Amino acid sequence: MPIISVQNLSKQFKSLTAVDGISFSVNEGEIFGFLGPNGAGKTTTINILCTLLSPSGGKAEIAGFDCTADPDKVRAAIGLIFQDTTLDVGLTAYENLKFHAYLYNLDRKLAEKRIDEMLSVVELQGRKHDLIKNFSGGMKRRLEIARGLLHYPRVLFLDEPTLGLDPQTRSTMWDFINKLRQNEKITVFMTTHYMEEAENCDRIAVIDHGKIIADGAPEKLKQLVRGDMIHIVTSDNKRAAEEIRTGFNLAAREENGGLAVEAEKGEELIPRLIHALSMRTLSVSITKPTLNDVFLKLTGRTIRDEALQDNREVTREFVRSHRRAQR
Amino acid sequence: MIQWRPVYVICYREFIKFFRERSRLLGTIARPVLWLFVVGNGMASLIKPQTGFSYLQFIFPGMIGMTILFSSIFSSISIVWDREFGFMKEMLVAPISRLSIVIGKAISGTLISVAQAIIILLLIPFLGIHLTIMQFIEVVAVALLVSFCITSLGILIAARLTSFDGFNIIMNFLVMPMLFLSGAMYPVTSLPVVLRRMTLINPLTYGIDAFKHVLLRHSTPPLGPEFPLVQDIAIVTILSIIMLTLAALSFRKKD
Repeated sequence: MPIISVQNLSKQFKSLTAVDGISFSVNEGEIFGFLGPNGAGKTTTINILCTLLSPSGGKAEIAGFDCTADPDKVRAAIGLIFQDTTLDVGLTAYENLKFHAYLYNLDRKLAEKRIDEMLSVVELQGRKHDLIKNFSGGMKRRLEIARGLLHYPRVLFLDEPTLGLDPQTRSTMWDFINKLRQNEKITVFMTTHYMEEAENCDRIAVIDHGKIIADGAPEKLKQLVRGDMIHIVTSDNKRAAEEIRTGFNLAAREENGGLAVEAEKGEELIPRLIHALSMRTLSVSITKPTLNDVFLKLTGRTIRDEALQDNREVTREFVRSHRRAQR
Repeated sequence: MIQWRPVYVICYREFIKFFRERSRLLGTIARPVLWLFVVGNGMASLIKPQTGFSYLQFIFPGMIGMTILFSSIFSSISIVWDREFGFMKEMLVAPISRLSIVIGKAISGTLISVAQAIIILLLIPFLGIHLTIMQFIEVVAVALLVSFCITSLGILIAARLTSFDGFNIIMNFLVMPMLFLSGAMYPVTSLPVVLRRMTLINPLTYGIDAFKHVLLRHSTPPLGPEFPLVQDIAIVTILSIIMLTLAALSFRKKD
């Protein structure tokens, strides 16, 4: 039986449909990623799963408990790491963890034991009695993970876990999450709009405008893109595109002052391309498919465009719903 | 329905923060001290109460009420801070009832207010007021009740306040009028009818009236207490329960 099971879930905010009838399930021990641009419905889905929001329709179950009917049982089974830090910066690391332990009804002895155990897992035992105020962004994140795991949840939710972290801390975070998964039998549900990050997942659902448009293992999703992306700049891109179309029967899309050609075995195609083109080739590069290309293929947009352009209204609505959710 | 370990740890956090943030402690104590020693002395030269006690003695019950008012409102407003800085989510996703959160905030806010009221009580020797041990205990008992009531009111407001911008509005349109229309600084019996009616729906009026019962025992209105003590206590208690229930209900609401 899957540990998270979602059927036909939807959420409406006035005129906006944030989540539009999604269904998916996550098996125990999996790292499951929700990939999509800002405002695609990722955070709304997490908020429903962790009982902060009621769905407008559909059903969500975690560890066999219904998120609407049995919220306390669901809450006891999950740990959460939110997008923004939810530590009390006026308290010490120990005090924050103690607060959490008592909220989850651990008795004093067990709480003390777990606090020490988790602090050493995230390598913060030396900072136990320091105020959070003096912690760096990476340390705060690590402490939040320690806190999220303190009550031994069966599912850990990570909402954009590495947002705002520098690349080095981000990769340390991932080492840590992978280590964690090896040691504990924990299911991880995460959202991200970083493609590179989603590649760490066992399985990904690509979400856009509140709908799941693809799901599967990263490798499987990448197969949706036919092959490698060749980016070629020539002295006459228009004519080159025409020649590639007729000579190789491949579509060439104009992009960044050059042409993007999608092909299998790109490294073998390049010499033939250069040889065949009648104009001068200025530069060639090849990229193996990434999830970004998958997203592009599925939606016709890159994930970052989307974040910047037409979703301002949606983002605002999300901020509002976010606030309401916190009430 | 109420889980006590979470209630305990919510209080534990508030106490740590209260003692760590010295400026907050200083602020709530400085205000009544300023009133008592500066304004009180200034006014005393202007007003000569007829009934054999000084203006300072008259405003002392009101100053305890004022300390409690500000302290309790500040304590409960911490809920808005918690929301702004995301900490509220940590509590909302925990497997505890919303009532436990509200009770935890109410108990911690109440005890912190009473502690500050006691600090003000310790100024008594400097004011030429004599207080028996019994009176001291009675003041603390009334302070507990009044603090609980005002804290509950604060939590109810904080539960509905969505951002910190609303805080100034609350201060100017609720807290200050509550103070001015409570009989803390001057008798309210002879105010114009509209204002007089407002004093009657102000919970602080009954709280301060109860303090007057203990501290200005033998005086009569307009300076002394105007309602029976039983009525004061009954009204404050009933209001506390109503407001706390409403607060717990508005916490439970989700979209």
